[in-house]
This record gives sequence, structure tokens and C-alpha cells, in this order.
Amino acid sequence: MTEPLLDVQDLRVTYTTRAGEVPVIPGLSLRLDSGEALGLVGESGCGKSTVALAIMRYLGRSGRIVGGRISFEGRDLAALDATGLRAVRGRRIAMVYQDPMASLNPVMTVGRQLMEAPMTHEGVPAATARERALAMLAEVKLADPEAVMERYPHQLSGGQQQRIVIAMALITGPALLIMDEPTTGLDVTVEAAVLDLVRELRRRHRSAILFISHNLGSVVRVCDRVAVMYRGEIVEDGSVRRIFTGPRHPYTRGLLDCLPTLGSGKHQAPLVPIAGQVEPILARSPGCGFAGRCAHVELGRCTSRPIPLAAVQGEPDHHVACVRADELVGWTRRRAVAGTHVHGGPGEPIVVAHHLTKIYEPRRRGLRGRRAPVRAVSDVDLTAGRGKTLAIVGESGCGKSTVAKILSGLEVATAGGVTLGGVEVGTVVVEARSPAQKRSLQMVFQNPDSTLNPSHTVGYAIGRALRRLQGHSARDTDAGVARLLEVVKLSPAMAARKPRHLSGGEKQRAAIARALAGDPDVIVADEPVSALDVSVQAAIVNLLTEIQIARGATLVFISHDLAVVRYLADTVAVMYLGTVAEFGPVDHVFAPPYHPYTEALLSAVPVPDPDHAVARILLEGRVPRADEIPRGCPFATRCPRRIGPVCDETPPPVQRLGGNHRIACHIPHAELLRLQTGLVEPRVVGR
Amino acid sequence: MSTPIAAGTLSRPTPAAARARVMRRWRRRLAALGESTPATVGIVIVLTWVTLALLAPLIAPYPPNANDMTALAHTTPSRAHWLGTDHLGRDILSRILWGARPVLVIAPLAVLGAAALGSLLGLAAGYYGRWVDLVITRVCDIVLSFPVIILYMIILAHFGSSAWNIIGVLTLTKAPIIARIVRGMTLDLREREYVAAAKMRGESPLYIMLVEILPNARGPLVVDMCLRTGYNVIIIGALGFLGIGLPPPDPDWGGMVKDTYGMMMVWPHMALFPCAAISSLVVGFNLLAVGLRELGLRD
Repeated sequence: MTEPLLDVQDLRVTYTTRAGEVPVIPGLSLRLDSGEALGLVGESGCGKSTVALAIMRYLGRSGRIVGGRISFEGRDLAALDATGLRAVRGRRIAMVYQDPMASLNPVMTVGRQLMEAPMTHEGVPAATARERALAMLAEVKLADPEAVMERYPHQLSGGQQQRIVIAMALITGPALLIMDEPTTGLDVTVEAAVLDLVRELRRRHRSAILFISHNLGSVVRVCDRVAVMYRGEIVEDGSVRRIFTGPRHPYTRGLLDCLPTLGSGKHQAPLVPIAGQVEPILARSPGCGFAGRCAHVELGRCTSRPIPLAAVQGEPDHHVACVRADELVGWTRRRAVAGTHVHGGPGEPIVVAHHLTKIYEPRRRGLRGRRAPVRAVSDVDLTAGRGKTLAIVGESGCGKSTVAKILSGLEVATAGGVTLGGVEVGTVVVEARSPAQKRSLQMVFQNPDSTLNPSHTVGYAIGRALRRLQGHSARDTDAGVARLLEVVKLSPAMAARKPRHLSGGEKQRAAIARALAGDPDVIVADEPVSALDVSVQAAIVNLLTEIQIARGATLVFISHDLAVVRYLADTVAVMYLGTVAEFGPVDHVFAPPYHPYTEALLSAVPVPDPDHAVARILLEGRVPRADEIPRGCPFATRCPRRIGPVCDETPPPVQRLGGNHRIACHIPHAELLRLQTGLVEPRVVGR
Repeated sequence: MSTPIAAGTLSRPTPAAARARVMRRWRRRLAALGESTPATVGIVIVLTWVTLALLAPLIAPYPPNANDMTALAHTTPSRAHWLGTDHLGRDILSRILWGARPVLVIAPLAVLGAAALGSLLGLAAGYYGRWVDLVITRVCDIVLSFPVIILYMIILAHFGSSAWNIIGVLTLTKAPIIARIVRGMTLDLREREYVAAAKMRGESPLYIMLVEILPNARGPLVVDMCLRTGYNVIIIGALGFLGIGLPPPDPDWGGMVKDTYGMMMVWPHMALFPCAAISSLVVGFNLLAVGLRELGLRD
């Protein structure tokens, strides 16, 4: 057996906090052969980034390696001094972080930053460094490398920036590339392109990759092997195929079960969230860290002694830290339950957007000139049926949040409007709406950290909403708060807590309770689960579904995540640059014929299934600036199915298909159907 | 995620329990403050001055305005007069102790006034924006662009000098600075989702500004108020030095320096001790501010 490139043995890391030394990594071992790609997955706080930082010895002031070895190319990184580390960092090990804007120096041109690494690490002359930088830029597929070299980071898009960071990491030909959530902040089509690029570069450069992600789908695309972390420990590792088709650890299975997939909706295959929540890492019991949430736990056996990572019987390259691993065979993915498909028609329209348009007039800057107005939403038509879920999906800047703001009265329409139960509200700011209108439409927001006022208790926030919207007296407010907390499955004791003592999921539940205080007919939810971990996301999505069914409320669900939309929606609107590209019942939108943009989005979604092979549609071309108003189809600049100048010149006709399904495209829908059949049809899970 | 819901757990807390909780919270805050060295030193200095000022009638060895003609022969520190006497034979220690009282009333009161006025202006400017913002910021800029001491002199010359007038002037001239800080934070805080949620349940702008926004601006505000209290101590001293501070003969640190600085070459102690009193109090407030900021950053 050859020497591994990276061999981490019994690594132990602690953080010094006000509460004392916290053993974040209690003893972790992993190995990585040269040229291999290992995915490190887990939910936030599981220690995956800490592992990466420990390998780079970047733990900062509060973190400390208290034991173990990190052997890399025959050296123990854990014991290396500053000079030794400088020789390794950036040259033999390179790192790519989540936020490219934070990794790039805003006052240096991209070219100079790229040339820096070979010049300092290898002492090559500037001319050689420049040549290598240019070659590297071409390799990361940036058009016109010469021009890119002269740009400053802010002049590039997020996807381009991340490509530059990758180029910078690879320019010295490192043996190990550590990528910490490299695609998390990117749009799905951009993410797909970056992942493909990483895969291709890996093959060419033979660098080993430690790929850290919370997204199981992106791990599948890049890695050979996966290690699943929970509370600072690796609970399972094995080849991508083993982990995704035959996971043994209950946590891994739980993670896979709470992921929505493109193939099925809420009626066919309900999500199964993992019970409970991650326990604080401060106190460690001797046994399995997952025991408290595990459905298969056997007290005593699981909780009395440490559980080592051991090979699974008959699968030598598959390790699990579970005493019951050999008993827990025969797992299949959550499958669609046949015959439970409920449709019940589109429902009576309650929210109707008609020719909705929002134009932002930029403020005058100085004395000279005005900047062009930004058309955030233009001529949008949407309908949401009573008691149904309308999902608006699209990438950042597509106008979906603006639609939500107009619905809720935080912005007003420039032209067109929105009716709520037949009454125009799109041009009425929330302050001017009647109490009944305020009551009937409430909102759930995206950011768990800013949705609740940090100065107020949860009870105050919900109670205040009850008093304002329902006219509750001080006396029945407490009972009302307790009732609402019960609806969102929080304990009544939460009423006395301030938001900082709540987890992300709990905050979002409290925010839902607050929105429910007025017993609304319509709940507008703007990316309510985007900031949450997958297991928490599943629980919140289920909660929303439950509440909607119990109360008959209409849900307008804004999201960038197609899998969640597929799962939750009855009707879907796909938006691109302020326009609706495709609209219709969920089953129709997620089946051919697609709008070419929907098609590209679907093909870009990272699917956590190694057998899921799709012909990826890569979107080339430039996204028009926000203040450019395209004369023709807004998607024409990137559309892979562009048919000619007509796309650039003429706005696309809205083709109405059966079942209230409509597509805004120049290509006749019959032709789209012919082109697309069998290409990106989402695999039905559990087929 | 939830613990089982037991019936009746949501009874109103008894007053005793509520009081105990408040006590616990304050004890925790004090303990946290103790973790920061600057904050501890600052608190000790400020509290020492407050205690001395409170106890001045009991511990001051002489009445502040009594002239000890016998001491005039040798004014330097002695057993009878620990810090010596001034040119009129008044005991400097007694005068410094008594002089701490007006400073420790005027400086904080003026800061509270400035914080109240400045917060309202800053909230309104930041929350409403547009012309409200324009008018408030311009007026603040105009006030800030005057040389402050000249402004004090004009106003105090016009209205006469009394403790209340000094508080009024300090409030008016410090409010624009607080307003700027609060405006900046309001611009950020008004975009928070909880503000949108408040609008959606029909809260009035005043409620949103005072209940939703202001409490979240309190951290930087408290730090700044602490700093401003120190600066006010300096300004009160400067006004006293210019002779437009508190009316004589009651002791006033700045006034004490003014009366005696001409004798600096011969009897430096007469001016130096009141100067030291001013500096130590200012340093105390500054250290407290530094400590509070440290704690604010840590959370």
C-alpha cells in the first residue's frame, strides 16, 4: 500500500470560549491519496471547516490543535513552525473559500494577484508568472484572459471571481486543494458550471481535493469518496456510490431522507426530517454523539462507550461508526407512495398579479446625468389558488423577491397590480391597507437572524402580533402565544427567550408563528428555508405544508431551490430577469416541454444520486445588466436554444398549453417537446 | 425539536421571580464588565469620584469657601491642608471634593439630554429619509460647524451662566453628534426583516422607531454616551476656566485653575490638583467606554 498524501491521525482541536475549552474535534482520522477527491459533508457546526483550517494551521487565536498528527508529504503539519508552514501553504496546499470577494484583494488587479503566488513561492520572473497566469485563466474558462488580467475583482461576477480564486489556488500546482463550500453563494446555473470545471481541472492537474460542502448533490459531482461528519466526528465514510446507495449510519440515512428531490412532490413522498436538533458540543457523552436523535438507538449499547469507525462487513472500503451497522442493512431511498396523488383542481384564484411591473428609479448621483432606471419586474402575470401553493423560482436578480414585496405592500407596483381576493393591493403600501387586508396577508422572511428583533422575547413578538392583528387583550395574549407556539411545535417555555438563545430553525418557527397570529388567508414566504440546514429545512417545509392544509391558507413560496419547489408547490412560476418564463401546474412545469431556461435550471440542480446522469446544459453568454432592457427575449443572450435574431429583436409570445401551462418562447411548444423528450427528465426516486 | 408541552407552564411569573431574574441579569452584566480590565479600572475611577462627591459634606476637612488666613503664609501641602490652600487660603482638597458634585450632575444630565434629543432626530432622519433627513442633517451640520467654545460663549453670555443653562447648551451642541450615530444605525436597522414584520402588522412609525429600532442601537449609543460624558467634563472645566462656568464662589474645577494659573511658577499645586481631578475623571469615563465597546464586540 502506498503512502497516502494526507494522513490525519487522531486529530484533536479545541476552541477556547468564555465557557472554557470546547473539544470541537475530539479525535478525527482521515486519509487522502494523491489525486483523490474526498468530500467532507455535514450540517453547520459539525466541524468540517475546522478540519480544513487545522490542516492549513489557520485556526486563529481561539482554536488549538491539542493532539494528533497531520502527515502531509512526509511532514507533520501539526508540528511545523512558521517557516515550514510558509513552504507548504499556497505551494503544496491551496485553499478556496466560500466567499470569493473575501479571498481577492479589492485594490489589486486580478493579474497581479495571480502572478503573486508563482513569484513568491517559486521565484520565477514576472514574465513567466504572467504567462502562467494567462494560461491558468484560459484553463478556468474565462473568456479573454488578457482583459481579465487587468480587471479589479469588483468588475467581475461572482462566478468569475470564484474561477479566479480557483485559478489562483491551482497556479502553483499544489498536491492538495482544499475547497470550503466553494459554490455555496453562487446561483445554481453558475454553481453547475464551477463544479464541472473543478471536475475537469482535477483530472488534468492530478491534485487531490478535500471538498467541504453541506450540499450532498455537489459532492456527488466532484468526489470519489465521501466522509460524513457529525458533531466533530466522522460517522461514515466510503465511496460516493456506497454512501449514496447503501448508507449504514442512521445520520447519513437521515440526511438523504430529508432532501427533497426533483422527482416527487409533497403528495407522493413526504420528507422525513431528523428528529431533535444538534446537541451542544460542550458536553460529550462517552457513546455515540447521534444517539439522542437516532431512531435505532439502543440505550446502553450505543451510549456506554466510544464507537470507533469500523469497516462494514463485506465492504472493506466503507467505514461506519455505529454499533448496529451490521444490523441496519437494506436501506432504500424514500419512495413515492402510489395513489396518494391529490390534485383537486387549481382552486379559486385569491392572489392575481396582472401586468405587474416595478421600476426602480435610481437616485440622482451628483449634478451630472441620471442613471437608467432598473426594471425589477416587468409585465408579470401570476395566479395563486385558494389553499394552494404558488412557488416563484429563479436565480438572484430575477425579481422574485420584488414580487413578494409588492404582495406584502413593502413596495408598490409601478404599473399593473395585484389583487387579493378581488381587491387591488399591488399599488397600496402596507401602511394604507385596511386591518382586514393586513390580517389576511402575512409574510415569513428569509434570514432567521434578522426576522426576530434581538431585543424582544419570542413571546413579545408573537403577542404583539396577536394584539395588533386580532385585537387580543393582554389577558388572552399569553394563551394565544402558547397556542401558536404549539402549532409551530415549539415549547411554551420559548416565549420567554430572546432570539439569540434560539437555533436557526427555532427562530424560523417563531417567525411562522408570528405570521400566523393574524390567521392569514395568504402567507408569503420569501426563501424561508434557504439559510437552514437540510434536516431543519425538511422540518420547516413539512410544518408549512401542515399548516397550509390545516388552515386552508394560500402559500406564496419564493425560492431558488428547484427541489424544494418541486416538493412543495402546486403551481410554479419560473422567473428570469423580471419576467415569467414559464408558469403552470407543478407536474407540467417539471416535465417537457420546458422553457429553455427551466430546462437549463433543471439540468444544473446538483442531485445527490451517483446514478443520476444528465446532459448538462451550460449557460454561456452574458447576463444583461439590470438597467438594460432587452428588446427581445431576456434569456436570448444565454439561451442554448436561441433560434436566431428573432430572439433578440422580438419579445417572445406566450404560448398557452393545456392545464393553464404557459411558456414565453419563440420556439413552438411542440418543437420544444420534441427537442427535450428524454433529455433531462428527472429520475423518479425509488424507481 | 420541541420538548413535550406540559399544561399550565405558561403562567405569569410572580413579581418575586421577576425581580430575581432582573437581579440575576444585572449581576451577570456586572460580572461580564469585570472581565475587561479597562472597564474595571474605569468603573473604579468613576465610582470613586461619585462616592467622594456624595460624601463631600462629611469628609471634606473644611467648608469649601472658608479662608484660612493663617495658611496663607505657606500654602503648600501640609498636615492641616493635605493638598495645600489656594491664594485666598481655601483648602484645595475640600474644594476639589465639593467641586466634583456639579460636574458629576451636569455632565451626565447633559449627555442624557443630548442622547434623548439626538436619538429622536437621528431616528427620524434615518427612518423617514428624503426631506426629513435632509433638513435634520443640514441643521446638525450647521450646529457642528460652529467653533464650539465660541458658541457656548455666545449662548451663555446671552442667557447668563447657571447649571441649567450649561446643561441646555451642552445638550444642544452634543445632540447633533448623537443624531449622526443614531441615523447611521437606523439606516441599517430599518431594512431588517423585523421592521418589515412590524409594518405588516400596522405599527405606527413612532413605535417602530422607539421599540423596534432604538433598542438595537443601544450598544454603540451607550459607548458613545460614556465617551461624551468624559468630554463634557472637559468642556465644563474649559467653561470654568474661561470664567463662564458656574457662578463663583462655589468651587468649580475649571474655575479653580483659572484663579490660580497665574501663580503656576510659584505655587504649581494650586492649579495642578484640580487639573488632575479633571483628567482622572475623563480617563475614567474613557476607559469605561473602551471596556463597554470591547464587550459589545465580543457578543
